[in-house]
Order: sequence, then structure tokens, then C-alpha cells
Amino acid sequence: MTEASAVRFIELTIDGQSVRVPEGTTLLEACRGQGIATPTLCYLENLTPVNVCRVCVVELEGSRTLVPACSRRAETGMVVHTDSDRVRLSRRMVLEFLASSVDLSLAPAVGEYLRRYNAHPERLGPPAAGSERDFRPVGHHHQPDGTTAETVAQPVKVDNELYIRDYSRCILCYKCVEACGVDAQNTFAIAVAGRGFDARISTEFAVPLPESACVYCGNCIGVCPTGALMFSSEYELRQTGAWDEAKQAQTDTICPYCGVGCTLTLHVQDNQIVKVTSPLDHDVGHGHLCVKGRFGWQFVQNRTDPAKE
Amino acid sequence: MGREIIAAGLVNDTFIAQATDGFEEYRLAVEPYTLDYAERETGVPAALIREVAHAYADADRAMICWTLGITEHHNAVDNVLALINLSLLTGHVGRYGSGLNPLRGQNNVQGGGDMGALPDRLPGFQQVEDDALRAKFEEVWGKKIPPKRGWHLSGMFEAMERGELTTLYIIGENPAQSEADAAHALHLLKGLEHLVVQDIFLTATAEMADVVLPAAAGWCEAEGTVTNSERRVQRVRKALNPPGQARDDTTIICDLARQLGYDWGHPTAEDVWNEVRRLSANHAGMSYRRLEELGGIQWPCYDEHHAGSPFLHGRLWEEPVRGPRAPFLAVEHDPPVDRLDGVYPIRLTTGRRLDSYNTGVQSGGYRSPLRRGETLDLSPEDGGRYSINEGEHVRISSRRGSIVAPVRYDSSLRPGLAFMTLHFPDEVDTNQLTIDATDPKSGTAEFKATAIRIEKIEPIGGHLAAPLKDVRPAEQPD
Repeated sequence: MTEASAVRFIELTIDGQSVRVPEGTTLLEACRGQGIATPTLCYLENLTPVNVCRVCVVELEGSRTLVPACSRRAETGMVVHTDSDRVRLSRRMVLEFLASSVDLSLAPAVGEYLRRYNAHPERLGPPAAGSERDFRPVGHHHQPDGTTAETVAQPVKVDNELYIRDYSRCILCYKCVEACGVDAQNTFAIAVAGRGFDARISTEFAVPLPESACVYCGNCIGVCPTGALMFSSEYELRQTGAWDEAKQAQTDTICPYCGVGCTLTLHVQDNQIVKVTSPLDHDVGHGHLCVKGRFGWQFVQNRTDPAKE
Repeated sequence: MGREIIAAGLVNDTFIAQATDGFEEYRLAVEPYTLDYAERETGVPAALIREVAHAYADADRAMICWTLGITEHHNAVDNVLALINLSLLTGHVGRYGSGLNPLRGQNNVQGGGDMGALPDRLPGFQQVEDDALRAKFEEVWGKKIPPKRGWHLSGMFEAMERGELTTLYIIGENPAQSEADAAHALHLLKGLEHLVVQDIFLTATAEMADVVLPAAAGWCEAEGTVTNSERRVQRVRKALNPPGQARDDTTIICDLARQLGYDWGHPTAEDVWNEVRRLSANHAGMSYRRLEELGGIQWPCYDEHHAGSPFLHGRLWEEPVRGPRAPFLAVEHDPPVDRLDGVYPIRLTTGRRLDSYNTGVQSGGYRSPLRRGETLDLSPEDGGRYSINEGEHVRISSRRGSIVAPVRYDSSLRPGLAFMTLHFPDEVDTNQLTIDATDPKSGTAEFKATAIRIEKIEPIGGHLAAPLKDVRPAEQPD
């Protein structure tokens, strides 16, 4: 705490404004401090930035390339432009490539980004039909003929009782890999497999989850920005058309299991818990849970009402 | 470790001189416990014990965290004292990032104790046998409080055995399945004149009850607070309506009081909490509003300007020390009560598996892909020694009971050590095996150390020779 008071402040320029931030602040944090809206997809407060999605890039004078705001730390004298033509073009391109190849219908933030950057993914052609991607031979990705936009569409993976993986919605932001790895769970059940357009999130040898190292903490679901990873309870309700966020209430309470005391946000629809999240900014768990907190709530709903039997 | 830290000259002399008592007696008491002795007794290599001792003593900040592996023994309190001694030896206590941390097994086991669910305490850990403290509560409650401490759980079972305790009102516990030496516990529960169970399920214990009071789930069907391992009081909130006639605990208890002639009105959870704040200085500053704003507060929190206390015992670093000095309390090695011998040569310890919890009444409710049912976990070496393959069923017997379970290999176990859980009592009732030898100071039973033997069950014509049901041995050796 004494160290905190010794933190140095540095000055830089963002969009013509002089800005003073503590040493160690990222450009993203500095921008947000100025109220500058900066799009992010692969960034999350409780994970280490991997700067793969490139949608947060900003222009830094003197730098040959645009730099990712989420991971680049502010330095004294930096001159940063967040809304130059070059930045807008780059963000637009990234968004068009992602939106043309991935189903982003459950990523509400993206719709707003597309409008903000005047991005038109449909100009790349109608989406191509998908197929199984896990066992394509390495290096056999064929270029599309230009009439359709290549996609990552593929069958939904339903291989366990607790959550599904719909990689047609995956933008390869790495958040799930980070949460499964050193940023939270240290289980390393999943990684990015393959190269280029064939790159995908996979268990070892693409085995089903029950044969993998997965411990079902669901921290990957908690960080997924596009709905690619989803509670089975949510998936099943969506399949029947019964999922209705307008009818849902969110209530914070404490997990009923061990003595750590993680905060659970219960998403309740029609007096039924339909999924569980955890606030990222809470001191105890920083948004991460274990299998019991994430999925172990079913017992309160298994009690039958004798009057209705 | 203590002896090694002293022998290697790694003790914190300044802290010991300033804040502790009894170091010299402690030094003499640990002198015989050499690294070689410890290796012989525990099987942990001497070099490893030395490495841990040095790492702990040399660290700028170090914390000892433990769970029931320390406390579910007949000498539970001595085990904890041994850890406290290490922290006093090195000064790893009373400072940010250091200390002693018993990791609680339930979301509110800390809060239960804080609220006076202990035989000798009132809310806020205040001694019931202290006349002045008791008088403070009597004034607010308008009623005399019995001036003597009550029984802890094991003491209650002993009192049932003596016929002194004939009526039980159980809230949210399943002792018919969670007690050590289950058959004996069940016998005592059956002998009660009257049993009331208030629970969210019809547990095995509730099925024995004369009266069952269906309760709302405290964590999602009622308002209130719970306190976690780090003494952080946090709010639980109502997200669901309870089923049927289930009601929250406060309502049930107030109705019961009314039947008994005391009208406590209809207090909200916040009303009850504000009474706690009035009577317990540790909780005085924790209004519902502040608990909400700060995401929980760690006690003590004396007033509404107090930020709470991330760690305790900081007074030991004040010069001079404020309050009493911390005493070293030397303890001696005392092996488990259930001795290993030629008939019962394997040590069985019990614990939890990641996806399950206690007797399974909660965790049994969801379909975990990790769940494989109960097994006897053995080291592969023991599997080889007894010629038992994974998946084969064995009879497991202790001096109290006998059960059947399949074997699984676990390479993290060392030879001679076996592991089971208490998660599936309806299929495999592990507590038929465990011993109810209890620590006289804490009343905790020795769930962690049972002497067992295992026998292969030979299949006869494709069937197991014995049914997969719990079978008590004909004779009960004592």
C-alpha cells in the first residue's frame, strides 16, 4: 500500500487532449478514463490481454503499425489518435471479416460496433455452408471461389450435461483458453489448434469434453463474448423458443457450498434459475467460479411441491 | 518443521521476544522431533520437510491455510496449536499477507460460530459464562439466559447415550448420514423421544423425525447474511419463491416462539441483523447499506466509518504489545486412535471430490460429468500388492463396520493410504467405517484416520459372492 502512493504519473496526448495517468495504465484504460468509447472483443478486466482481435487498435505517432490499446501501456509523450481514418478502416475491416465468417447474433456489442464503423460484412458474399472442422487435414483449407463468404459454421457440440460449445459463434478471442489456463483455472483443457482460417478452439485431439481435462468450472462460459459457450439450460430454452431475457431477473447472492463465499448472480426466469454468472469486480472470486457454484444449484429446483403432485 | 527452523537459526527473535511467551519450553519440547524422526513417523522425506521449513521461515510473508485434514482428528486442537507455534516462531502472523487461515468447508460455518451457534458463546463470540456479557444480552432480550455452556455436537450424542438429551430440534443438518460411526449415531437418533427437523429436503434424518418443518433455501429463497473463511460478511438475497409450504427460517422460528407464548412480531432479516449489530461490537459497523456498497465487510468492524479488518492480531506488532502476549503451547505427537495392525493394515482417510459435497443432498441434484460414484481409491502399488484391478469390488472393513465399493487407482496416494468420500451414503455408507473418537477440546471426530482391511470379493458364476449392501460384521470388536 505504501508502494501505491509512490506510483509515478505520466503524461500523454490522446486525440489532442493532454492526459495524466498512473504509470502502468494501458491505452485502453486511459481512453476509457477520457470517456472515449473503444471497442473490445478479446479484452476482459479479469484476464491478461492477449491482443488478438485487433478491434481496439489505435494510431500511435511514430509507430509503423497500429497498436492494440488493451495491452499497450501508456508512455510519457505518446501521441495517440483513436478515431483517425486509419483506425476506423482497420476496425471496420476486422469487424467485417469476423462478422462475415462467424455467427455474431448473440454478441450484442458487435451490432453496435458494425454501425459505428459503417461495416458491411454482407459485401463479402452470403455465408458459405459449414461442415465439421475438427478433423480437416492440416493445410487443406481451400480458398473460396468468391461467391460466398467463408465461415466457421459447424455442428454444435453437445457432449455433456452442463454446457454446449457452438463454435460457429467463435471469434477465436482466446478468452476461454486464458480462463481455463493461467488466468483462472489452471486446467489447460482447451487450446487453439490449427493454423490460419482452420484455427479453432479444441480439447486435446478434439476429444469430447467428458474425456478431456475439463473440470466444468464454466469460467470459459463466463468470459465468452459471443454465446459460443452456453449453459445447457440456456441452450435448451433457446431451442424451444422459451428463452426470454425480458422476463429474467438477476439477483446477487452467495454460493451455498464452501467457505470461499463467491458471489453468484442468479438469472431467474419463471421462478427457475436458468444460468449463473459472477461479477468480475468482486474481491473474492473476480468473476470465476467452480463447478458447484456454476452448475450445482439444481437441487433447489428438484424439490417437488406436494400440493402439485 | 519447528525444530528445524530453530536448529537452522531461522526464528524471528525480535517477534518472539516482543510478542510471545513460552519459547524456551517450546524449544525443549520440539528438540526430540528431528527431521529423521519426522520422516520415520510420517513417511515424508526429511529433505522435503526441511525445504518447506526453510521456505516458510525465509519468506517475507507466509500464510498457513488448512482444512479438515488438520481438524478431523482426535487431537484436532493440538494440530492447530502446532501450526500456531510455527507462525509465532517466524512472525508470520498479524501482518498483511501472513497469518493462519482455516479454510471453512461451508458457506456460513464461520457465520454460524459468529452468531453464537457454539456451546459456550453468544453472538459475536461473547462468553456465555461471563456474567457481564450475559447481562448485556439479557437486558435486550428481556429474559434470563442459562449461565452454563451447552454441549457441542459430539457432546449431544454422548448426552443422548446417557439419556440426558431426549429431544432434538435439527436445522439444516443430516446427522443420520454425516456422523462418524453411522450405525451408532442412527441408533441414538432412533432412541430420542421427540425429533424435529427443519430442512429444505426430506433428508434421511428428516425421515426419522416426528415433525418436519419445510424450510426455504437460505441462499436463494430468503434474505440474510453469510460469513466466509476470511470473516467477510456478505448478503444473500431472495431470487426464487420457495416451493409449497416451505418458509424461511426466521418465520418458522418466530411462529414457534409465538406458539410457546412469546410474540417476537415479524422481523425482517435486516431487523435481526441490526440486533446483532447492537449486541456484537465486531459487527456494529455493518449496516445492510454498507455490506451492499462494499461487497461485504470483514469483521471486526466497530462503526460505520470502519473499513473492516483484512487480518487479525496486528496488535502483536505494536511496541509494547497491546493486550496479552501470544503463548507457545507445545504439543506432542499422538497417532490416530484407530491403530494399524496385522488385521487392519491400511489407513483410510476421507474427504471431498471437486464436484460433490458432504452427504450429497445438495450436489446430488445436478448431473456432473465428473461424477463416477463412490470408490475406494488406492495407490497402484497397493492395487498390485492385493491383486485388485480398477473397477473390481472389494469388501472394506474397519473395527466398526464393513461395506463394499469398487476400487480406483490414484497415483497421488502413497502405498498404505486409501481414500473415500461421504458423498454417496445411500450407495456406499463410508461412515459405517469411521471412528467416533473425538477431540476432547473441539468435539470433532477423527474422520481422517480409520484403520481398514480390504478383501477381494470373488465372483461366483458371474455374480458377486456378497450383495452390494452394507453388511455389519456379526461381532462388534470394541
